[in-house]
Amino acid sequence: MNVSYKWLKDFTDFDLSPTQLRDLITARAVTVDDLEVLRSDLKDVVVGLVVEVVPHPNSEHLNLTKVDAGGDELLSVVCGAPNVTAGVKYPFAPIGATLPGDFKIEKRKIRGESSNGMLCSARELWLGLDHEGILPIVTDAAPGTKFLSIYDAGDTRLILDVGANRPDALSHEGVAREIAAATGNALRRPSVEGYDAIPQVVRVDRSGTVGGVTVTVDDKDGAPLYIGLVIRGVQVGPSPEWLVSRLDGAGVRSISNVVDATNYVLHGLGHPLHAFDLSKIAGNAVVVRKAAAGEAIRTLDGIDRKLTDTMTVIADAEKAQAIAGVMGASTSEISDSTTDIFLEVAVFNAQRVRNTRKKIGVSTDASYRFERAMDAHAAEEVARYAAALIISLAGGAVDGAPLMIGDALPPQAKVSLRPSRVTKVLGDAVSGAECVSLLNSVGFKSMSCSPSGDCDIIAFEVPSWRADVTQEIDLIEEIARLRGYDSFSNDLRPFRVGNVPDSPAYLVGKRVTETLVSAGYFEVRPIPFVADAGEKGVKLTNPMAENEGMLRSDLISTLGKRVEYNFSHMVSNIRLFEVGVAFENTKTHEGLPTERTMAAVVLTGDRYPAHFTDAKPPQLDIWDARNVAQVVVDAAYGINGNFGKRNAFIQASNEDGAPSSAGVQFLPNQVGDGWTITLDGSAIGRVGAIELDSPVWASPVFGVEIDITPAFTGSKRYPVYKALPTTPSTEFDLALLVSNEQHASDVEAVLRAAAGDLLESLALFDEFKGKGVPEGFRSLAWRLTLRHPDRTLRDKEIEGRRTKILQTLEKELGIKQRAS
Amino acid sequence: MIQSNITSFTDLANELKTQGAAAIQSAATLEALEAVRTEYLGRSNGKLLDLQKQVPSFDGDDKKVAGRLFNTVKTELERIYNERNDIFVSASKAVGSGIDLTMPARQQFKGSCHPVTLVIEEIAAIFRELGFTIASGPEAETEWYNFTSLNFPPDHPALDAHDTIYLSDDVVMRTHTSPVQVRTLKSYEPPIRVLIPGNVYRLDPFDASHAPMFSQIEGLAVDEGVSFVDLKATLSHFANRFFGKTKTRFRPSYFPFTEPSAEMDVECQLCKGAGCPACKGTGWMEILGSGMVHPNVLDAAGVDSEKYTGWAFGMGPARIALQRYKIPDIRILYDSDIRFLEQVGE
Repeated sequence: MNVSYKWLKDFTDFDLSPTQLRDLITARAVTVDDLEVLRSDLKDVVVGLVVEVVPHPNSEHLNLTKVDAGGDELLSVVCGAPNVTAGVKYPFAPIGATLPGDFKIEKRKIRGESSNGMLCSARELWLGLDHEGILPIVTDAAPGTKFLSIYDAGDTRLILDVGANRPDALSHEGVAREIAAATGNALRRPSVEGYDAIPQVVRVDRSGTVGGVTVTVDDKDGAPLYIGLVIRGVQVGPSPEWLVSRLDGAGVRSISNVVDATNYVLHGLGHPLHAFDLSKIAGNAVVVRKAAAGEAIRTLDGIDRKLTDTMTVIADAEKAQAIAGVMGASTSEISDSTTDIFLEVAVFNAQRVRNTRKKIGVSTDASYRFERAMDAHAAEEVARYAAALIISLAGGAVDGAPLMIGDALPPQAKVSLRPSRVTKVLGDAVSGAECVSLLNSVGFKSMSCSPSGDCDIIAFEVPSWRADVTQEIDLIEEIARLRGYDSFSNDLRPFRVGNVPDSPAYLVGKRVTETLVSAGYFEVRPIPFVADAGEKGVKLTNPMAENEGMLRSDLISTLGKRVEYNFSHMVSNIRLFEVGVAFENTKTHEGLPTERTMAAVVLTGDRYPAHFTDAKPPQLDIWDARNVAQVVVDAAYGINGNFGKRNAFIQASNEDGAPSSAGVQFLPNQVGDGWTITLDGSAIGRVGAIELDSPVWASPVFGVEIDITPAFTGSKRYPVYKALPTTPSTEFDLALLVSNEQHASDVEAVLRAAAGDLLESLALFDEFKGKGVPEGFRSLAWRLTLRHPDRTLRDKEIEGRRTKILQTLEKELGIKQRAS
Repeated sequence: MIQSNITSFTDLANELKTQGAAAIQSAATLEALEAVRTEYLGRSNGKLLDLQKQVPSFDGDDKKVAGRLFNTVKTELERIYNERNDIFVSASKAVGSGIDLTMPARQQFKGSCHPVTLVIEEIAAIFRELGFTIASGPEAETEWYNFTSLNFPPDHPALDAHDTIYLSDDVVMRTHTSPVQVRTLKSYEPPIRVLIPGNVYRLDPFDASHAPMFSQIEGLAVDEGVSFVDLKATLSHFANRFFGKTKTRFRPSYFPFTEPSAEMDVECQLCKGAGCPACKGTGWMEILGSGMVHPNVLDAAGVDSEKYTGWAFGMGPARIALQRYKIPDIRILYDSDIRFLEQVGE
């Protein structure tokens, strides 16, 4: 909201510069976002003292002057004004200055005499129409002083960021109230001629007549309070200069005296009102009612709008003439020919106004205030003030006593305050007396305690403009801000340690992140909206764009888009990862979509940076992807211990290191050529090549995505120390003929079981296809390391174990040793 | 042949030894050292040859003495020469064997955390020292958690600051991390000191200064006797740690879920408080919103608001990242361009 520095001074006295005022309002009430110096087009103009005046030798109308403009030397200036007088100060535009209208002052010769600047008239400075002569100014300021700093020409506009809880601060009077509370000076409403002559309102419940107009409120819920009054015989015309300048200070354009008066009341006192041209109101009837579904109105901005039956309108005998609290109709707009006015001052239902303006998609100064709730208690005075102002500007007279339709106003709200609670919440002792004095300064009245404030509990009457104050904490906030937030101590006090353990989601995610960063991957944080997330996807009700209509159900497709983005910038080595959420439409017990935290990685390009010793590094391949998958699983699930062994993919180990059939496994994907990663039989992820819109020069792209959510539950387990071996180990290799359909992991499972307790490690070290290996088969070679914890194994034992393993393999899987 | 005098022989021998040793020690290069060797120990012209030639001219004991002396001098000069030579040889080996360590090392690819993550972690590290732990919650939320429990009145203009993406009538993409406050308060007894980093969503067009998703970090402290002074002191401490010694300013603000509400500013990082266009001449830079937890929020979460008080704050790590790395357009944070991530990531 905009307020004018000068207009504020109409409401209270203060001796503060605009920046001081800004800091004061910001510290105590509402934040001032910005200051705009109005009339900055006069910033170049300075005070010039005319020292000497002699007639121009070549002209009867011109004079030659010597001007002191604060510089080292007097300036020769040619002046045509008849009133130029030596010893008088005038506004002076030096060479290089720019005057309003982009008029640049340059050194020039006038009838043979050079002129170094210009002494200015009011009209040249756009300070009025007076062009009789240059503008004499009475000031103590030294020549050269900025004109704006001594002349009441410009204004400063303060741009306020008023919180949604403070509609009372949406006016000059409201802001001035806060200033007055700080300075201790009085708050006053600028007097308006004839105010006392405006009759008091007459209140009726539902319908009545004013000045020959029948006013009926059918929609009492939409308009709890409605005041109507009639002014006849006005003459619409331009506004006086003071009014134009006040409105301009707040950024409001002058339209006509009657419309400006309503805007003056809106921005000055904070209450919106609407003036109808009474001659355009059919049937001398004003009806406040709900709009009929499909009813149409052409609003002041010339747009035809369709209404719904949830909206309130102000209608005449025939049609809607205003959307209540939002905008009037162009059909009853005040025009130059208007003579009779129906003036409305109302309190409309805040939620209704809000929903209406959202539906029709326009927010006005009026709707902005109505949806923040207006002060019903202030309405009568506002109506009479507005009537007096209109009449003082445009003539005419009130016809009949203003009519107020609505229930009798409720008494002012009361809220109790315990000074002990103030101290408890704010942390520094604040006395009851101080609470009372601070709250009094902005209109709260203490009801139940002596002025000393020495009570356990004090009841305050809440001023009608502070409907936001309904409970004790609201009063405490008032006390804190009025006392000044900076007045409270700033010392770190002891605290108790909290009861909340770190979120496992955070810990696991962080560990995966750190691991992948160390492994050379870049973390990204892309936007998780996609065009199509499949059957299980979650749709947005109100997406920004068609191609962002759903929440993603996987991370790889999001990352794939990011790879394509990098390809488009000719980047070929790409290693990205994200730890983020994938959504599914399966509902949780709270009715929310299912969220799973996934760790996803995409990789393509060189395996390591080129070096002069190795200028063409190999490309990343599926085995690198499989390694990353392993790294992620280890990082995520290792925390909780269950699956943290190095061989987790192939065969997970349980707590004491013995083989187990559970754990994480690789299985071919049912769709595509990727592989599924399972945990205890359930899929938790996938790894494989991914198809992208890749340029021809790009290497294959691989993706890994692993659900780390299961790692968030379960308690941490630690490996148990086993005595380090003191006996020698024995190794032997087995080269087996394995069919292409047979999984190595299945072979390993059998190998392990058959090798028994003596098996220390098992490592696949070769795959061979070709000569000596039948079609459809491959030779897989494992190295087995056996060790007995207490003694050296005998050759016979080893041979026996080897034979048993081979027999078991043949029996269970039909696998034979490769003939050497 | 001249009859030699054993005394002058001895003098000459000692002189050659002293001179030769000095010459060897002062040879600055391998070439110079070789020249010195030739001069003294050379087989055809070396100065020691003169000495050696004189030895046979002595008789008896003198001959023995002269022979021994000559050997001593020769051995000593050879020893010094070898020492000196070793220094040159070992120095030249490093270069001489073809290694030039000014050439680039063999490397691994480097990765990095996203700049927003870096900012979050830096903030978290400071609060962790003050006993805060990390809490998290769902990104899709019920309207109750996102608004109602946080004291947003229905159809209230306070909702204007939260342009909301809806999934259904009563499920939204959370517009702030504050719903996790309520979830935490419902799950744990005070004392509570948590930080809540996370993604939040707004129905904002994706442009240079807005994103439909961004990150927030929120803090919550609830216990008996927690006050506005604790809020001020903790957040000022944070500001001093995060920005380096800085002034802070607290000013009134409005959030439905806190009261009193306060915005915290720090000295403008560009002009150090002098006033510049970036801070609109105020000398201050807005950093975070904060306030005492509204009793209605504690009540909604089932916490006794008479017994317990609390404070909370929220800030935008992405905004700080933009300032810190001087990134002109917020979309750069989401593009995932490797060239950008290499520049700013750590």
